[in-house]
Amino acid sequence: MKISLTRRYRFAASHRLHSPTLSEVENERIYGKCNSPYGHGHNYAVEVTVSGPVDADTGMIANLGDLDPFVQREVIEAFDYKYLNEDVAEFQAIVPTTENVCREIYRRLAKFPVARLERVRIEETSKNSFEYSGEQAG
Amino acid sequence: MIRITRKLEFSAAHFYENPKFSAEENKRVFGKCSNTHGHGHNYTLEVTIAGEPDPATGMVLDLKELKDILQREVVERMDHRHLNYEVPELAGKIPTCENVAAVIWNLLETKIGRGKLDRVRLYESEDLFADCTAEEGGAGR
Repeated sequence: MKISLTRRYRFAASHRLHSPTLSEVENERIYGKCNSPYGHGHNYAVEVTVSGPVDADTGMIANLGDLDPFVQREVIEAFDYKYLNEDVAEFQAIVPTTENVCREIYRRLAKFPVARLERVRIEETSKNSFEYSGEQAG
Repeated sequence: MIRITRKLEFSAAHFYENPKFSAEENKRVFGKCSNTHGHGHNYTLEVTIAGEPDPATGMVLDLKELKDILQREVVERMDHRHLNYEVPELAGKIPTCENVAAVIWNLLETKIGRGKLDRVRLYESEDLFADCTAEEGGAGR
């Protein structure tokens, strides 16, 4: 049996799906209303899953006293109430689809020193969700 | 293979304290979870069973049977209880979400009559849950 712990966080941000390598017509055709020029926003929910041995002294995989401030510092402060395309440097070069946001959040959290990052799952809306577990070996 | 999931809720009290720690250390490590008189949660438990449906019934495991097992093993043991004092399986353990989920896994693993226990997901609140999952190709399959 394998055990993991998942914590849910929230941030609100705006974005625009627009690729500089595509024409205006193609951007409009591919991204539809997500391409609208001034951007739009979502209440994102982010589930962060960590795994590892349950510490015998604390009964925990990771103390939320360590995980919460780490996620706050690495992700929430950088993303919450921001325009992802402009305010997060990584999205100046790549389109902030939630697939790419998922990968970027995973990249930021992978260095969590206390436990192994298993998965990042994002709900962009109550209808759309995205998951990234890193690139599996083999 | 098909997975079926049954959900239930129970309410219980707990607090975190390691007798090996000083009072200050308990406070530092566990924060407000260490308040000695305890506090409570509405827990939500999702139990997933994996297997092939029985050709005669079309069921992996009769959900009525699963409901009865969960009632006996989890609800009667933990609902409206203090997890630090009233659940023998948790004696000597800090009743964190991880440890409670693992105890529930161990209680259920041998009691499932058809199919295999695949996942125990225990929500302590809507923002925190622990998963116990069967290891790929490991024991329990």
